[in-house]
Amino acid sequence: MRLVLRNLSIRRREGGVGEEDMPLKIVEETMEPNTSEVGLTINGIFIKSHPGLSLLEAARQNGFDIPTLCYHPDLPAEGQCRLCLVEIGEYPRTRLVNSCTYPVEQGLVVQTHSEKVLQARRMVLELLLARCPKATLIQEMAAAMGVYESRFKTDDPEELCILCGLCVRTCREIVGVSAISMAHRAPGKQVATPFTEASEACIGCGSCAFVCPNNVIPYTEKDGIRTIWGRDFELQPCNVCGNYIAPKYQLEHWAQLTGDPVETFFVCKDCR
Amino acid sequence: MPKFESPEHLREYRRQLLARRDPKQPQVLVCGGPGCLPLGSEEVAAAFTEELGKNGLAAQVLLKTSGCQGLCDQGVRVLLRPQEISYQKVTPEDVPEIVEATLKNGQVVERLVYEDSATHEHLVHKADIPFYRGQNALVLRKLDVIDPMSLDDYLALGGYRSLRKVLTEMSPEEVIDAVERSGLRGRGGGGFPTGRKWRVCREAPGEVKFIICNGDEGDPGAFMDRAVMEGDPHAILEGMIIGAYAIGARKGYIYVRHEYPLAVKRLSHTLDQARECGFLGNNILRSGFGLDIKINRGAGAFVCGEETALMASIEGFIGEPSPRPPYPAQQGLFGLPTVINNVETWANIPEIINMGPEWFAAIGTEKSKGTKVFSLVGAVNHTGLVEVPMGTTLRQIIFELGGGIRQDREFKAVQTGGPSGGCIPKQFLDLPVDYDSLQSVGSIMGSGGMIVMDTGSCMVDVARYFISFLHAESCGKCTPCREGLKNLLFILDEIIAGRGEEEHLALMEELCAAMASASICGLGQSAPNPVLSALKYFRAEYETHIRDKKCPALVCRPLLKFTIDPESCTGCLACVRECPVGAITGKKKMPQELDQELCVKCGLCYETCQFDAVKVE
Repeated sequence: MRLVLRNLSIRRREGGVGEEDMPLKIVEETMEPNTSEVGLTINGIFIKSHPGLSLLEAARQNGFDIPTLCYHPDLPAEGQCRLCLVEIGEYPRTRLVNSCTYPVEQGLVVQTHSEKVLQARRMVLELLLARCPKATLIQEMAAAMGVYESRFKTDDPEELCILCGLCVRTCREIVGVSAISMAHRAPGKQVATPFTEASEACIGCGSCAFVCPNNVIPYTEKDGIRTIWGRDFELQPCNVCGNYIAPKYQLEHWAQLTGDPVETFFVCKDCR
Repeated sequence: MPKFESPEHLREYRRQLLARRDPKQPQVLVCGGPGCLPLGSEEVAAAFTEELGKNGLAAQVLLKTSGCQGLCDQGVRVLLRPQEISYQKVTPEDVPEIVEATLKNGQVVERLVYEDSATHEHLVHKADIPFYRGQNALVLRKLDVIDPMSLDDYLALGGYRSLRKVLTEMSPEEVIDAVERSGLRGRGGGGFPTGRKWRVCREAPGEVKFIICNGDEGDPGAFMDRAVMEGDPHAILEGMIIGAYAIGARKGYIYVRHEYPLAVKRLSHTLDQARECGFLGNNILRSGFGLDIKINRGAGAFVCGEETALMASIEGFIGEPSPRPPYPAQQGLFGLPTVINNVETWANIPEIINMGPEWFAAIGTEKSKGTKVFSLVGAVNHTGLVEVPMGTTLRQIIFELGGGIRQDREFKAVQTGGPSGGCIPKQFLDLPVDYDSLQSVGSIMGSGGMIVMDTGSCMVDVARYFISFLHAESCGKCTPCREGLKNLLFILDEIIAGRGEEEHLALMEELCAAMASASICGLGQSAPNPVLSALKYFRAEYETHIRDKKCPALVCRPLLKFTIDPESCTGCLACVRECPVGAITGKKKMPQELDQELCVKCGLCYETCQFDAVKVE
């Protein structure tokens, strides 16, 4: 299903270890659209959905609100932030699962706002609030759940990164260069380029900064130079209007992907 | 070694092998286990080689280095067969005497023999020693009698007989059926029924499937898997080949942590032997079934013992777990159906096939079958690996096998299941140990670590130790585990430093509940166990730390207060010489005074004083 597709597609681009083990046939088989239906109950209401969708997608399509931080519809879900937790099963055999990766199942009973779910969500937000006390997004989400201050310790009052990994996934899945990744384990975990040095792989596209919910990734543009992740990128002006389009390096990356001459991209989308 | 072309060929080779071997031939087995190696077992073996050569016995006596022989605190251990004489604490200097007395004249060297602490009786034979008497060795059975590098040794003891049986007489379904009927549950800690896992994987769609052996044992103080990988690697391999046949896998991985270089070496050697002899490769024993197995070394992350993180690591990604479903048996390595089992689980398979599932199911309790290997460490008299049937009580393991608490102190708690297990107090000593009973008292089976603590252990300090380990090892992917462990550690540090507050206990409990239910993987879900169980059974100790700012076990240094009793102080000045900060002053032969402002609470004065004049509270 979707996870298979993803793993294999990453692998194909990166040419990782064990490529010989990878049967590409399966990709095509599972790509066929699934038209069958499954029925499940969310908050006591019976809904119909399609196999292959996640609980989060099914719930949102049917108007149930589930908060998320690390979910993005264009990216594979990783279940990192734990805000989208829902309770599944029937009393007394219930458990919490993250709805962004849990697939819809026939007959599943789901609670999106049970006491157990709310307690866990509040705790996650309280922990994040202690980590990033100045992050407006976290403050707002926490306040919406009735959490106004955290009982936990703040290490760095200026910290804004919640380690949701959206930037890392965007760089890997959408841009396809994997210039940044998570580094270290729990103590000192951070998003970084390899060895926190200027990355050769970075094309300066700024997608990471664009997708970041807390605007943590520093990024400046001055005199035709974009600076991001410790590296300067020369911006290419549009051949027609003269406005800057994107870093030259990024346009070269596009040219490489499409096989067109790089000059094809020297006209901005407004002048095209 | 020949390449075994067919089942008959293997059977014939084994028959000839047994005919060649004389069961009465004297054998010297020097323990080469993880405990004895650093104590110098290589030197002992070298001394035997030299001494046997000198006495012209090299041809008659068979000298081998075996796997772990257990009772590790009495190493280096040497086993003499066929008399089954077990010597302990053997040094190279003892070797000439052993050769002269035992090998030449058939006498026992009394001073190297186990002495029972209660009866002072000398117990010559291994089977008489209480540490071994209570055990029921299934997985560890061959460890002390075979040379792990020798395939012949393994074959002579019936090795690969189960594989032959499976490939010639059983269909994959029958194998899975047998494993299911045996009631074997995963020995890595989760306790998921192995047979069911295999069946799910066999029935999962797709032609390419994998098997993995999880040898990423990382619990502090645990070395069960290490001992099996180093001591009986062929058993693991045979189990894996049988498993691969059952689920239809043609490729497998053994994931070993790189901190186990000897295990890596022995497993590599085992795989080479197996390829050479046709136990791996295409058309194994002319069955049409083929398999190859690779070794993958872990780079030292504890979290890679978690199955999804382990598979991410094999794939070349960061070792971070991923949420289930999909389960590995449906979509595992490279997104394909994968069976991943622990070392001990694989090592159990050949015996289950060989002796039959009913035989295995007769051992143990109703829901937990077979035996379990524990690494018994901590404040017990005898430490080492023990293998007991499921359902053996903690009291039997600690007091009968382990010989009770060291220095006749009082038992306080036993921590089972590695860092994320719970501390079990005295009132549960008669608990029969199995997966469900341990869970019911707030601990886990885990992979089988068992750390015994006496009254000298402070439960706040113990919880802090495990939480700091888990915090350092948490991958940090999900919020509750990453931030939760950081804050648990912070609160415990505050309590130890004397800054604990009443609210801290309730806050910890609330946080622990959220971590247990909201974390992605087993590490985060079970991480609160050490804190929760300590709060449940030793709450008063936490309250004393917080309210009275005192540590009853005298462990948490910031809470200690050292004073000098003027009545008992003789003014010998021994403590004055030791004190690193000059906090103790006074005249010679007069009672000394300790300046509380200057004292750094190192405890040196307390340890030095021979007149018990330094008091601590």
